[in-house]
Amino acid sequence: MRTSALLRSLPALAGMAACWLAGPAAVQAMPAIQHWQTDNGARVYYVPAPELPMADVRVVFDAGSARDASQPGLANITNHLLDQGAAGLSANDIAGTLEGLGAELETGALRDMAWVSLRSLSSDRHLDPAVEVMGKVLGQPDFNRPDFERERERALVSLRRSEQQPSKVADYRFYAAVYGEHPYATRPIGNADSLQAMGVKDLRAFHRRYYVARNAVIAIVGDIDRKAAEQLAAGLAGRLPEGERASPVPPVTALTVAVDEFVPRPSTQTHVRMGAPGMHRGDPDYFPLYVGNHILGGGGLVSRLFREVREDRGLSYSVNSSFSPMAQNGPYTFSLQTRNDQTAEALKVLRETLKDFHDKGPTGDELVAAKKNITGGFPLRIDSNSKIVEYLAMIGFYGLPLDYLETFNDRVMAVTREQIRDAYQRRVPLQQMATVIVGGEPAP
Amino acid sequence: MRSTVLFVLLAFCCRPLLAAGEVHEYMLDNGLKLIVKEDHRAPVVVSQVWYGVGASYEHDGITGVSHVLEHMMFKGTDRHGPGEFSRIIAENGGSENAFTSKDYTAYFQRLEKSRLPVSFELESDRMRNLKLDDEEFAKEVRVVMEERRLRTEDKPTSLTYEQFMATAFTSSSYRIPTIGWMDDLENMQLADLQQWYDRWYAPNNAIVVVVGDIVPEEVLALARQHFGPLKPETLTAPKPRVEPKQAGQRRVTVRVPAEVPYVVMGYKVPVLKTAAVDWEPYALTVLAGVLDGGSSARLTRELVRGSQVAASAGASYDAYARQSSLFLLDATPANSHSVESVEQALREQLQQLQTEPVTQDELDRIKAQTIAGKVYEQDSIFYQGMVIGQLETAGLPWRLKDEFVERINAVTAEQVQAVAKKYLVESGLTVAELDPLPMDGDKTAQNTAAGGGYAH
Repeated sequence: MRTSALLRSLPALAGMAACWLAGPAAVQAMPAIQHWQTDNGARVYYVPAPELPMADVRVVFDAGSARDASQPGLANITNHLLDQGAAGLSANDIAGTLEGLGAELETGALRDMAWVSLRSLSSDRHLDPAVEVMGKVLGQPDFNRPDFERERERALVSLRRSEQQPSKVADYRFYAAVYGEHPYATRPIGNADSLQAMGVKDLRAFHRRYYVARNAVIAIVGDIDRKAAEQLAAGLAGRLPEGERASPVPPVTALTVAVDEFVPRPSTQTHVRMGAPGMHRGDPDYFPLYVGNHILGGGGLVSRLFREVREDRGLSYSVNSSFSPMAQNGPYTFSLQTRNDQTAEALKVLRETLKDFHDKGPTGDELVAAKKNITGGFPLRIDSNSKIVEYLAMIGFYGLPLDYLETFNDRVMAVTREQIRDAYQRRVPLQQMATVIVGGEPAP
Repeated sequence: MRSTVLFVLLAFCCRPLLAAGEVHEYMLDNGLKLIVKEDHRAPVVVSQVWYGVGASYEHDGITGVSHVLEHMMFKGTDRHGPGEFSRIIAENGGSENAFTSKDYTAYFQRLEKSRLPVSFELESDRMRNLKLDDEEFAKEVRVVMEERRLRTEDKPTSLTYEQFMATAFTSSSYRIPTIGWMDDLENMQLADLQQWYDRWYAPNNAIVVVVGDIVPEEVLALARQHFGPLKPETLTAPKPRVEPKQAGQRRVTVRVPAEVPYVVMGYKVPVLKTAAVDWEPYALTVLAGVLDGGSSARLTRELVRGSQVAASAGASYDAYARQSSLFLLDATPANSHSVESVEQALREQLQQLQTEPVTQDELDRIKAQTIAGKVYEQDSIFYQGMVIGQLETAGLPWRLKDEFVERINAVTAEQVQAVAKKYLVESGLTVAELDPLPMDGDKTAQNTAAGGGYAH
């Protein structure tokens, strides 16, 4: 059926000018990634993009919540406070200067990474003062007590609000169930008790330890030449002490038994999260698992789960599965939400679909279709500066090879059905999964 | 509700210096409008088909029909079975989706540039040949009900916003939630969809927007080939249902299980399409920027960091709507503050705008953000298409986007003060408050080993 459908669209192709027949997945010139280190050890990744008069600068630190130790939320609030006062400038000064230039500064932290991103016009009179402020934010945050106390109060409101959203509850309960005592178990935003117990001295110590050049990756994309990029990177890194790279996050231990958790909530729908520790960046099984999951639940509107749960049975609006590769094994997560009384049925379909795929792997047709989608869509992954700068930061942060993007399609094409089945057998433990269910009581 | 700076996102650019090319507009004989914009930075293309139909075209009893129809558009034609559309796009390396709003329904594919014919072949097929099947509908309407539970029923702030809109508007169809009332979804019939499809899905009610690494004349030839043969429909516009003048404040309270209170306020305002005075929508846009154009703007500076009465606060205004709309404010009170005090603080901000002109610094900041925003926007071909489609489906020429920066720059402090005085008045105000009920339910999780507890 797939083949005949494709054929039916071919006459349209034949009728067009020759340029439409550029052939399958025309090869796009990869952005050549340039890489160097600053004198004090920050790793820099750079791609020139002269087409638009703008620049993106993303500085990433190994300073996510995996570094929280006994203080959940410390990494996140430290990152959040960076632009709330630095080098004597107030939050109003910082925002006022940047916004007056039309620049955009964003901070954020998840489990592995903490980052500060800048987008600015690339002319000197815009970019220079914006980068000047960014440098202060990175290297000289003030962590004033009133700012900290205010932002902590706001974080507490966010924490309370997340309790009224069953999807948020399902997400954090799922991480806790999958990761137990591992640092990935806690929420990046922390919890009320740990935030209440924190003080600005904790933030200062965290910043001193982790916001250092050797722990930093600087990604630059935009209308600036190599020399200017070198100066920009050196200037930013120069705001940071050399320091030391963070030690590796401890490995994740697999679940030994299945964990089932039910969290009652006064909602009309039940949210399901199911899964286990999955894979890490640079994992030898990355490509078989990635392509396999694309077929099972990752491939948008055409995955097996989408068909079984949504199209054939109308049980859920969104249903998917995804690997989140991290420094250590990030979670493999299955996710759906359904009317409370349909939960058992939806879960049964989810488990049967996974088991069937686990036992038999994909069909030949499915594998061909997935490869066509992934490789044919490759140009879309890198069609904007914002996407490229994120790839640079990811490649740098996880130490992936510089030809990661260049070899991506070849490695996808090399995946076989047997490799997918084998990888699922070894890496996806059907009997040791965490299942977190958040919602109204199921009907008796 | 979004509290971002709409006007920055909507800024646009056509500087000849830049990689982005000119916009080309064509009209086919059957009334289909084709708008093509070149962007040669990457070998990709986005193809969007915009229909002039959405929730604001609906009436009581069939609310949500535009959106359910959007879902059904993936369920096949005589030539392509259910789901085949998506499979063909996927096999061609594409990503695709669709979205419904008050003023439009849009379908899009993002593709490597040589695959544009695949998009046109499939989109032209489902523009007139959709096969609406009872069994598929029975399943899909359940999916939409799940979507409503996800987006609205179980989201206290969304429920509040839905009630807010239904209170603010009496006759105007902007009172209708895009997802539809649950009861209307439960009573929807296939015949409702068929009538809606027959009435609105026609080439003379469609705008095809293509942005990417393409040659405009070739896109035109391709459009003629695929969309050209389609028969137009006689279009009957929905009744105008102009909102009667509001004569006093309206309030509504939503009491549902929740943790954090919330308030949303809206003032009746004109938009570009309806404004009697053409600079007013631009002045209202600047007004939104003064309040919420970033972290240095007044609401965050004064209410979140200053008095700390709010945990968050926002303002927004969309000048590109099809009908007169609302100037919106919303806020979450900080811990130990009430909804009343945060509402009072928002009102004080508005009073200040009415009594004192905004500063030159604020106008300069908004100007700088608007100029930069039009450059940043070119980093996304999808968004470039979005702006064109939104303008056109609001009944505005896409060329307005090119005036945007100039018009924003021309706004004076006196004009901002004038619109604040004229429109941010008690008689045009609606306020909705989320008043949390206890969450009930035992929050302690029940942990069981394998085999226990939940169904397998």
